[in-house]
Amino acid sequence: MDLAFIIIAVLTLASAVAAMSLRNLVHCALCMVMTFAGIALTFLQLNAEFVGLAQLLVYVGAVAILIVFAILLTRSEDAKKEVRFVSSSTVVGFGVVALVAVSLLAAIQHTQILPPQSVVAPHVSVKRIGEQLMTNYVLPLEVIGLLLTAAMIGAVVIAMREPDPADSVDVQQRNGSPLKLDPDSKKTAVVANE
Amino acid sequence: MTGQLDQLFVSLKQWLVSFLPQAAQPMAGILLSISAIIGAFATMFAITTIMERKILGRIQNRLGPNRVGPFGLLQPAADGIKMLTKEDIVPFAADKLVHFLAPVVLIIPVALALAMIPYGRNMTAVDLDAGILFFFAVGSATELSVFMAGWSSQNKYSLVGAMRAIAQMISYEMPLVLSTVSVLMMAGTLSLPLIVQAQSGYIYEILPRWNVFTPWGLAGFVLFMIAATAESNRAPFDLPEAESEIIAGYLTEYSGFKYALFFMAEYWGLFAVSGLAVTLFLGGWNAPFPFLQWVPSWAWFFAKLGTIIFGFIWVRGTLPRLRLDQLMNFAWKFLLPMSLINIVVTAMWHFSRVFQFVGAREMRWVLCALVLAIPYFFLGRALGEGRPAKRNYKFAE
Repeated sequence: MDLAFIIIAVLTLASAVAAMSLRNLVHCALCMVMTFAGIALTFLQLNAEFVGLAQLLVYVGAVAILIVFAILLTRSEDAKKEVRFVSSSTVVGFGVVALVAVSLLAAIQHTQILPPQSVVAPHVSVKRIGEQLMTNYVLPLEVIGLLLTAAMIGAVVIAMREPDPADSVDVQQRNGSPLKLDPDSKKTAVVANE
Repeated sequence: MTGQLDQLFVSLKQWLVSFLPQAAQPMAGILLSISAIIGAFATMFAITTIMERKILGRIQNRLGPNRVGPFGLLQPAADGIKMLTKEDIVPFAADKLVHFLAPVVLIIPVALALAMIPYGRNMTAVDLDAGILFFFAVGSATELSVFMAGWSSQNKYSLVGAMRAIAQMISYEMPLVLSTVSVLMMAGTLSLPLIVQAQSGYIYEILPRWNVFTPWGLAGFVLFMIAATAESNRAPFDLPEAESEIIAGYLTEYSGFKYALFFMAEYWGLFAVSGLAVTLFLGGWNAPFPFLQWVPSWAWFFAKLGTIIFGFIWVRGTLPRLRLDQLMNFAWKFLLPMSLINIVVTAMWHFSRVFQFVGAREMRWVLCALVLAIPYFFLGRALGEGRPAKRNYKFAE
């Protein structure tokens, strides 16, 4: 085995374990970023240049930042709750693991093992990926684009402000007056709007 | 003679490597390239800091540093010694490991990005098929470093600065990447040396075939430079470090050599993105005129890079800082639509090259320029209209 592969694999696995077991949420997020980067490196090592770089761009660049933002904007205190080892969720978890393992093992047992064939990995350039996306796989590409657009519109709708009452509350917040709407401050709000 | 000078560094590297046994040669070649890049850009960082302070001094009608050495030219050395000998203060409440790792996480991707750029004929350290994708992929890791620095300092100014920086970098990454798309469309490749090759040659044997001399290239270049200024957190987009508002943003709790590393990484990022601009729009290492081809290709590259850096310094000395809402509106309501329109214009330019009638060349220009100018006018007006109403301060009067 390759020395570089061993290093990358150990780092990826170790950071994945750390991401699940550390107590500090931000540390977990950073460890997960390392896992993502490790997976990208594995792709690069397998000569899957485009997939590796896209993995880096999407997961390290976008998903990680999204997670970090979510943690910072939602969490106020570190969870200091004691975790019991034996709880209903652990029992269910072990049950699920056992079920999956048994079904996988059964499937593997029934599979006929073929002798390995020597296959030359094709050299896939970015150009060929683009050509394939624009010809053979244009429909899936369009469907994904539609889905993402729908998701974006949904996000905009969620983030959009309610037209009138929310607006005057916002002006009040700027003016430094309390949030409760009493008639007097409502008047100032209207004045400020004009 | 001119050819030898042009290939000076390439043949120097080959000569040095040839002393080693055959097995060690590829590794030694890589190490030599890395050390050459690090050495060259560390020197350039020193030169740029002194030049920036001198030019800013000139713009602000003062002298700038002039005490260390002749004309103050040894100022970077003095700064370096000061940074190295300063105490490295880590806040008591800080997350020590993340605090330590943040500058390292910043400088590694920036150095990797520098390795992608073709500095001259046969002078690309790493020639990847998807070079520009690699550039942006590693560039996205810098946001993470900024977050690490801001969060681990356990300081509200650091956190606010980091949040500002990340929001800004995410917003401006879109126009930055989209404005490069038009170049990739026309060159038909993601490899940076091939993009430079596509811009070689001369129209009528005299005019350079650079991308910046086309309507889409000019618009793309301007969009790219604006987005690049914001990406590298320079004035007028220096909100993350706005010293009059939040001390120094995510750098507040950094001192000594860690601060110097941050500082250097920021300048390296600036060099990397300027180098990309030179490669994509200004013809890379190509000479502007055929009779100037005797000047070595790497000299052209660094001359263009220096010009862009000078432009950055000039802008920094001239423009005031933007407000946060202006920053966001500018990115999402102006730069993003303009860069999308620019892609359409590129397609128009590409498909109108089959026109054969008289005046086709001029008509192509006018058509593309109009498609760019009309949205520019209306988007610019819409940007001005969206100003918030005048604030009435009820208790502050």
